[in-house]
Amino acid sequence: MLESLSHPWPWYVAGPLIGLFVPALLVIGNKPLGLSGSLRALCAAAAPGNVEFFKYDWKRSAAWNVAFAVGIFLGGVIAATILGVTSPAISAHARDAIAGLGMGKQVTGLAPASVFSWHALLTLRGATCILLGGFLVGFGASYAGGCTSGHGITGLASLQLASLIALIAIFAGGLFATFVLMPLIF
Amino acid sequence: MTTAFRSRPQQISAVDSRRVNAPQVRPRSLIPYVVMGTLFGIILVKSEVVSWYRIQEMFRFESFHMYGVLGSAFFTAFISLQVLKRLKVNSRTGEPIALPPKVLGRGYRYWIGGAIFGIGWALSGACPGPLFALVGSGITVYLMTAIAALLGTWTYGYFRPRLPH
Repeated sequence: MLESLSHPWPWYVAGPLIGLFVPALLVIGNKPLGLSGSLRALCAAAAPGNVEFFKYDWKRSAAWNVAFAVGIFLGGVIAATILGVTSPAISAHARDAIAGLGMGKQVTGLAPASVFSWHALLTLRGATCILLGGFLVGFGASYAGGCTSGHGITGLASLQLASLIALIAIFAGGLFATFVLMPLIF
Repeated sequence: MTTAFRSRPQQISAVDSRRVNAPQVRPRSLIPYVVMGTLFGIILVKSEVVSWYRIQEMFRFESFHMYGVLGSAFFTAFISLQVLKRLKVNSRTGEPIALPPKVLGRGYRYWIGGAIFGIGWALSGACPGPLFALVGSGITVYLMTAIAALLGTWTYGYFRPRLPH
């Protein structure tokens, strides 16, 4: 069994499993699946400053989200140590396009080491992807009140128009970054 | 996930009033969420949806994988919510199951916030959940992405009163 778990899990296994977290979290504690709340809670815990957005009882309303995030970290550790991290078998076209950005043709691990490594952190590409990318993820997810899971799965599954708009905007932003920003910067 | 900007005060007070007599959150009550998160993290890594490569492939329309994962996750969640609603299932906390609504308002926050988030997602190859999984999986430089994301969240909080929602 461990052998079959060590391969990449196909979408029709992973997707429904992810979807089941929505009812599971609701039944366990009436919590909506989503993770941008954990970022807000961590800010409120670490450095609320004098910012209204962080003056709330995060321990009561969002401690679960931080616990969930801690679990995700542990899940990453277990996946890497016991089950093994796979290198995505992406399409030849995508591989060529990524190689065209100067990131090498070899797909090794989950992210290209030529960008996502400590020694690339202070290069233009590294700083753009690692630091600017992260900043925009945090800023945007908090601004939009949700991320891929909160809007894309929970919000959409409960037929919220706001989440559909957010998802369209997320996709538009991703296309802009992929086809305009990245060729410009890299 | 947080509720929408305009509804937040009411939402929070509604939740608080429901639980006004509830005891403080005990660390032990958080264990189920750590366990659930662990399973979630394993799935995220093993399905490669945390991979920068997979996200690039998705935005380049070169593979069905990410669409399959997100689409079937949405579909499963949608059917599950319908079932919970029909069966009038209560949460283990005793309350009726309820999702906080995302109030549309003028919708600016979803258009602008979503687009900013999307740019960040394509650049970093990580959204808030996968960030934690990636650090755990051993790509430790994603710790810097996580710190940058916290900085982004803090910056949003600071400018929130001046941003259109």
